Amino acid sequence: MSTLTALARAQAVVAGRAQPVATVRHLHVHARPLVLVPLAMAGEANAPLAVLAGTDRSAPRLLIVAQPRNRDHRFAFAAELADVLVPYVDSFAGATEAVAVDRGRDVRHRFTDAPQLWVPNTGGVDFLRLFGRSTRFRSIDGEYAVPPSVPLLGRWLTFFANAAEMAGSSLLLNAVQALGLHWATGQSSAEDAQLAALLGWICPPPGRTGAQAALAAEDPALSPPAGPATDPAFDNHVLAPLMSTADPDVAALTGVLRAQLLPTWELMWRCLDLLGELPPGARVAGRWDSDRDTYSGFVQHLADGGPPQPRRDGAVAAAARLHRLENAATRYAVQRAFDDPLVMAEYRLTGAAFVGDVTLAKADRVDDSGKRPVLRPRIMVVTTEPVRVEQGAALTSPRRPSQKALVISVTAVDEHKTEVLLELSGGMGRRLVAEPGSVPEVGERLLLTTLSEAYRPGGAFPDPDQTPWTHGGPPVVQQPVAVGSEQAEQQGSEQADQQ
Amino acid sequence: MTAGLDRLRGGTPAKRHNARTIAALTGNPGCTRRAVLDAAGVDKPKLSQQIGFPGKFGQSRFALARGNGFEAMLKADDCALLRSVLAECLRLDASGAYDDLGEDADDTLAARHGRTRTLLAAAAGAALIDHPLLTLDVAGQRVFLEPDLIAFQAEGRLHVVEIKSFAIVDGQADSAKVSAAAVQAAVYVLALRRLLEDLGHDPALVSHDVVLVCTENFSLQPAAVVLDVRKQLSTLKRQLTRLTSVSSLAAALPESVSFDLALPPADLIAALGHVEARYAPECLSACELAVYCRHEAAGSTAALGRPVREALGGVDTVAEALALAAGTATPAAEQAEAAALLQAAARLRAELL
Repeated sequence: MSTLTALARAQAVVAGRAQPVATVRHLHVHARPLVLVPLAMAGEANAPLAVLAGTDRSAPRLLIVAQPRNRDHRFAFAAELADVLVPYVDSFAGATEAVAVDRGRDVRHRFTDAPQLWVPNTGGVDFLRLFGRSTRFRSIDGEYAVPPSVPLLGRWLTFFANAAEMAGSSLLLNAVQALGLHWATGQSSAEDAQLAALLGWICPPPGRTGAQAALAAEDPALSPPAGPATDPAFDNHVLAPLMSTADPDVAALTGVLRAQLLPTWELMWRCLDLLGELPPGARVAGRWDSDRDTYSGFVQHLADGGPPQPRRDGAVAAAARLHRLENAATRYAVQRAFDDPLVMAEYRLTGAAFVGDVTLAKADRVDDSGKRPVLRPRIMVVTTEPVRVEQGAALTSPRRPSQKALVISVTAVDEHKTEVLLELSGGMGRRLVAEPGSVPEVGERLLLTTLSEAYRPGGAFPDPDQTPWTHGGPPVVQQPVAVGSEQAEQQGSEQADQQ
Repeated sequence: MTAGLDRLRGGTPAKRHNARTIAALTGNPGCTRRAVLDAAGVDKPKLSQQIGFPGKFGQSRFALARGNGFEAMLKADDCALLRSVLAECLRLDASGAYDDLGEDADDTLAARHGRTRTLLAAAAGAALIDHPLLTLDVAGQRVFLEPDLIAFQAEGRLHVVEIKSFAIVDGQADSAKVSAAAVQAAVYVLALRRLLEDLGHDPALVSHDVVLVCTENFSLQPAAVVLDVRKQLSTLKRQLTRLTSVSSLAAALPESVSFDLALPPADLIAALGHVEARYAPECLSACELAVYCRHEAAGSTAALGRPVREALGGVDTVAEALALAAGTATPAAEQAEAAALLQAAARLRAELL
């Protein structure tokens, strides 16, 4: 927790409502998102109970499982969910645009839009991941056949769950995290995990403080939990009597489950409204472009008849994925800071960034000590902020991201002031005279930081069949899904039904 | 249990400790309130209801049914299924007798504990010992532990077996549930070791490798894994020695302090005021009284969570932190650095918003 965010939380306590920790929106908000509010059956291994789904706020579609322990009911539910999700996801696989690759020597095509899923919380993301795992290997023929849409649903859900791990991706978002990125409440992060309480702090009803609204939101009778876990009292007093019969009253079940889910459904759309009101950060669109690339790639993978995602990645695939995740996390952190002065302030507080005034500027300085003369203007920046950079460090300024500023010297003028001498390169055109405006002028206020948006190369990993013995050696060929385990699952759930 | 502690509870029968309460106690060892109430056997859920701050610790019937069903399935036919997963997991012979010491009422606890001792003293007797009754010294009090566990004895060594109905999917389970199970198992290992020590055996006969039996993937088929709980054991031992002696704490309380549930709420709240709590947001998922303590801690930085409190320079109240940030309060010498950082942060927020 940074001091800045902690202070915002303290201010929220006194103000009685959440305080902003971002000045721009750091994620893409889709014009037509698919909102999913899942509920799981308590105690079971991710057995779905119900989901409220849809792209239209006024027309949510409720899917329920009358007997969550019954395998056929579960897969009928999966097929119904596939009927909602697959057409939605497919609806973006239409218009494409050409993107230049390989420095303009070639083009590739990607879809002009991509799907976006919203769930209430990280539990919802985990639910989708596990539901994807339980459906994507299902066989569409044989004794335990499921409709073809079921394994397809599983592969899409797995795709979204994997994308959600990638920092900065907006393919699958959860409301709690999305809101927490932009507001700090006057309660602990453990309490923020409850969507109703979190929204109570962000926009308390008139005449109430955030704390009062959050307290009211904790009563499961007033605002049912946002899932996937249900309220135990609801399970014991409402659900259990309805489900204890062999032939449950579907209409009654539908009614009570809709009543449990509708409040969260409303909160989800309020969350989307709130985020939509914020202006998007400058780099949000660029990240959505990568999301569209990812989506286009997966559509292509499915069209090519590619296999379902493995249960577990092999050593090489896992290392490569970890590398991509780390790169994405670093890039995302830098981009957020460059987009948002309030996020950058965290770095200013620790001395990794500082704001100063340009006091000297020699824009036409040419370094001719090398083979060819090069343009290397120098500027002097004076700051009153803490400076924790050393000679030889390369700094950048969000306003001129392609320009590098090399630290020549750092001199403390007095107790508060520091002079930093910088040599600039890049981003000034190709000639020996800098393009107008490309070199900061005397009097300009400038933010400089050690954060860099520079390209990070992908890691070099061996081919899977070259996996070193330290990592288990080349992977053994995956066995096809054993029918035995399918039967076991079947028997397992039947035994549960009997008990 | 001492008379002093009994007096605190009043007329109601004592609530017994279990591994979960001990795990929670060691999770927040600085909380005197919890230590005293637990040692006195006060019914905290009822107490919190009585004072108007009920905790939310319900359990779903569905979860209970599945857990019981899974356990019954494992124990059916003289524990056939349990034996097979244990044999496979530990590579040990799991044949041998099964002894269920059963559940019983308060007045026969000592007898059951006696039977447990006899059974364990006769080493290499039964292979599976269900529902043994163990004891553990917690904060100067000897408490009975009713573990929902089976001790598996093979080749002279004892293994704690924990049956949990959460799923292991593709070799991975919910990490929070696994770590909770590991702490609970460590409590049992510790209690079993103390018991063997009492009986004059080598405590190392109780293995630090416990067996966790869970369901596999999306089925009810069991999957057993071995967990090494050495780390949890050492944490637990350290925390248990740190727990201040509860008897002396109780003795220091005024005569008027009582948590008798028959008392009116105002008196109970006044009594709670005599025993200091150390609230942290983690309490909300571990202690039935947490909602009241949170109410009491309103305005403190601790209520915002440890990371926030530390980032605010460790000051006690939100008002104090904001005063330091605004420069209206003079920081103490040790707060100077934190105050400077807070002021810089306040300046930045004011500049940018």
